[in-house]
Amino acid sequence: MSAYLVRRLFLMAVTLVGMSMLIFVMLRLVPGNITDIIFDSAGFVNPAQKKKIERQLGLDQPIITQYVRWIGGLAHGDLGYAYVSEKPAIDEILPRIPVTAKLAGLALAFSVLFGVPLGVMSAVRQNTTLDYVLRILSLSGLSLPSFWLGLLILMAFVHFLGWIPIYKATPESPWKELALLSIPAAAVGFRSSALVMRLTRSSMLEVLRQDYIRTARAKGASETSVNYEHALRNAVLPVVTIIGIEAAFLIGGLIVTETVFNIPGVARFLVEAIRWRDYPIVQNLVMFIAIIVVFVNFLVDLMYVVLDPRIKYDS
Amino acid sequence: MAVIDHDAELARAGANVRGWMGGIFFFVRRYPLGAVGAVLMTIFVATALFADQISAFDPFTTNARISLAPPGGEHLLGADFMGRDVFARIVYGARISLAVGVGATAVGCIIGVLIGLMSGFFGGWCDLIVQRLMDIMQSLPLLVMALVMAASLGPSLTNTIIAIAIPLVPNVARIIRSNTLSLREMPFVEAARAIGMSETRIAIVHVLPNTLAPLIVLATAQLGSAILVESALAFLGLGVPEPHPSWGRMLSESAAEYVRTAPWLVIFPGVAISAVVFGTNLFGDAIRDILDPRQRL
Repeated sequence: MSAYLVRRLFLMAVTLVGMSMLIFVMLRLVPGNITDIIFDSAGFVNPAQKKKIERQLGLDQPIITQYVRWIGGLAHGDLGYAYVSEKPAIDEILPRIPVTAKLAGLALAFSVLFGVPLGVMSAVRQNTTLDYVLRILSLSGLSLPSFWLGLLILMAFVHFLGWIPIYKATPESPWKELALLSIPAAAVGFRSSALVMRLTRSSMLEVLRQDYIRTARAKGASETSVNYEHALRNAVLPVVTIIGIEAAFLIGGLIVTETVFNIPGVARFLVEAIRWRDYPIVQNLVMFIAIIVVFVNFLVDLMYVVLDPRIKYDS
Repeated sequence: MAVIDHDAELARAGANVRGWMGGIFFFVRRYPLGAVGAVLMTIFVATALFADQISAFDPFTTNARISLAPPGGEHLLGADFMGRDVFARIVYGARISLAVGVGATAVGCIIGVLIGLMSGFFGGWCDLIVQRLMDIMQSLPLLVMALVMAASLGPSLTNTIIAIAIPLVPNVARIIRSNTLSLREMPFVEAARAIGMSETRIAIVHVLPNTLAPLIVLATAQLGSAILVESALAFLGLGVPEPHPSWGRMLSESAAEYVRTAPWLVIFPGVAISAVVFGTNLFGDAIRDILDPRQRL
């Protein structure tokens, strides 16, 4: 196990270092940086002034020097300065994380809460009307763009209640905040719950065909016991895998949903920073996302060992 | 002299004597949802191809007098703020969706197949490097990767296709690689080697065609997500630029403000995206059931 852990951690480090190089080069490959944006919108170009700003921001250095400076800073928590706000990047990023984290947590809870039971129901009643309805529902969940779902929710609010949920950075009470966040969370979670449901259904179907399920039925176990105690326990392993996939999936949903609902989180901030070519923010946020995805996948692999004693990583 | 009824004999032997009409009929009966998907996709492709004939209005002409005209009357789905016919823009938007969806899927699949085949068939250090590269690319969500690429490449139709195609590569490469790994050990590959075929030729002539089934399954699934990512990019203002009528951008133009004042600007483009992606998903499911019966969802 420890040999596996060491190998795995090494590969994670390789992946993240590779990602940092990829994102760094990708952001600088194209002509045009923040100074071009500033000066283009100003309408005139004073080359001397432009050079001065480029020097201040370190953009005149060779790309390798810039990269080393960034990574060196990362090592002791210095993420550089945001170009747009001119504040330390870390002060821009950190305060925006809690909202997004709460939103992601709620969305994940939503997707598991609806996805798993509905997936089980769909599998147990395979090829019935209920199954068809649920399958169409889950497939439509995967087909609706999450930003459109968000807009539809907003529209329903306007139409039926006459007001729009606006997220405030300082909510009056935790309950109010929860209620406000649960609306966009549902928009993100609907898509993920569709994914969870589909995977739960297929892995349940797989398990329900096994011999031991027939044995359980033969010895007189009740349907509920067969479905939930015998089958679901073994079907849950592939479902855990999706949490890994879903980390990536959720982030995509968060980006557009935060934009629709105007929530001041990191996901929306990433889009703004990309538009402004605010390199320090973009590269640090992208690294942050990559770290989360890689780490979640690592946790999922470890969870396998806990959930399924047959799996050992030693061999 | 005995008369042999060939058709009856063939049918008795279980041969496929249905013909293509019968084939379609069988598909519709066996996979009703897949058939719905096929119909939706056909409508989508036909709309994109015959946009000029379908729409009476030009999607680019602005007309201040009909700004924010509600649906009904001459303008079937109303008009946007600039007074452009929404129906025309949706019809022409199908072209952008189709071009980006098919373009990105095709480019992503071709690169993915080449990489997957090379790394699976030849193995060694090439495989090792490719696998790490795929790890790196997969450590970012599809949308984030596409966003960063779209931003760094700049807004244009071709760049949007590239920005969506590249993030699709790892999925394809992984699947093709794992298929190639098992195909490499097959007796027919050994036989080809025994008669002196070159390795490259074996890879292309014997291994590649056998990865086609999983590739088709994967490509239909990717098509849906490519269309969704295109609309999300356009929605966030980093997709296909003006004046191309993209469904996603129609929503970003109208987004929050028009939810209250002009809901038709929000509803119709979204319906178009959802219907098309729903169609490809339904069709993709049926294709998977046919080509890969072991893995049913």
